[in-house]
Amino acid sequence: MAAEEHKLAIFRGLLKFKSNQQKIWGVLIFLSVVTTIEVALGIIKPEILSGSFLRMKILNWIFIILTIVKAYYIAWDFMHIRDEKSGLKNAIVLPLVILIPYLAFILLIEADYIFDVMETGFVAWNF
Amino acid sequence: MEVTAKASTEEGLEWEGGNKPFNASYGKLMMWFFIVSDALTFTGFLVAYGFSRFKNINSWPIADEVFTHFPFLHGIDAPMYYVALMTFVLIFSSVTMVLAVDAGHHMQKAKVTFYMLLTVIGGAIFVGSQAWEWKNFIKGEYGALETKGGQILQFVNTDTGKRAAIQEFAQGIDSPRTTHQLSNGIWYKSESSLPTVSLAEVNKGFAASSNLVIRTEQLDEKGRKVVLSRAESLVKIQDATIVVEGANLIRNEYGNRLFADFFFFITGFHGFHVFSGVVINIIIFFNVIVGTYERRGHYEMVEKVGLYWHFVDLVWVFVFTFFYLV
Repeated sequence: MAAEEHKLAIFRGLLKFKSNQQKIWGVLIFLSVVTTIEVALGIIKPEILSGSFLRMKILNWIFIILTIVKAYYIAWDFMHIRDEKSGLKNAIVLPLVILIPYLAFILLIEADYIFDVMETGFVAWNF
Repeated sequence: MEVTAKASTEEGLEWEGGNKPFNASYGKLMMWFFIVSDALTFTGFLVAYGFSRFKNINSWPIADEVFTHFPFLHGIDAPMYYVALMTFVLIFSSVTMVLAVDAGHHMQKAKVTFYMLLTVIGGAIFVGSQAWEWKNFIKGEYGALETKGGQILQFVNTDTGKRAAIQEFAQGIDSPRTTHQLSNGIWYKSESSLPTVSLAEVNKGFAASSNLVIRTEQLDEKGRKVVLSRAESLVKIQDATIVVEGANLIRNEYGNRLFADFFFFITGFHGFHVFSGVVINIIIFFNVIVGTYERRGHYEMVEKVGLYWHFVDLVWVFVFTFFYLV
């Protein structure tokens, strides 16, 4: 059974655990720390991070990146993708990694365009 | 032919799921494919939310001001603390689930039972918290007026700089009006419960108290809501057509109508996933107790349900980010 032999190293081998249970607790601590950082940033909203990058606030980029980091560890260690064969890994991850950014990209670009049209257009929609 | 027959893991079962090319059983593989498709469904919802938000980028409600409640802390402004707590509860129940899966691999029935129970409790707390969050959202706090064009006008007290509730500053006028009911009016017309104050009462109260100004939906460059001056407010309030208290699918006091629609739809869909996850977990929990998997020789069912449960947690991580943080 594949599940019997778990890969016990996270952070690219930087941190190795002795057993699977230990790894689970380790990942929990990591996820908690990330969530705490997110919530703290969300409450404080530092002025330095309110600059804009690619038409979105830097703070929002940080939130999204931290979310993806969290998602990675949930999928890799809680859902045991780390222990699956590379074929299964790719079958699961690739469709999502390709389709989700694609859909987000085209719809957000379109929404941005609609915003511009409403903002600069001659029709008053905000009456 | 002989080569393939030998390659199958369980002799004679290669057409009944005995062949495991991915080293994962049929059931686990199908759970994974379900999760992939469900992930794309949630993607569709969240991206649609992003679409509406980018379309109304300069007038979207600020989440910190909407979700400010914490149990037993009445009137205290506590943005996001509660939802952060919910996130921790869900992550923790994910951990107990993965511990149950791990105990299952070692055939430790008592441990699996205990961890499954904790998972069920965590899930139930989460669903309950979400219900409470919905209740606060639906009930509303300050109330607002809506203009003909569907814009929300909120009120700010210039003395304190804080939001003013319409129920407090409205002045009663003598015009009794009861909720229209099917039995005593035109039978094909109905209305939901009346707001606690009428538009005329709000108008009168607003005119009487000179320290009140209107806060519009629009955001300035710093991402704060634009507050009008007293003179501008007196002009603006004449556009108001209806009193809005709380939120429903048609209008909400927090701002853009789509905000409440997406909130109800996406957190509702996620909450339904959590709810069905809890139900499935309970079923598995009892199966573990009666020893179904002990007799079967493996606890793979716990693993499959675990995959679903982690997925629900995974989706919440994204919902949390896009609804509460960003």
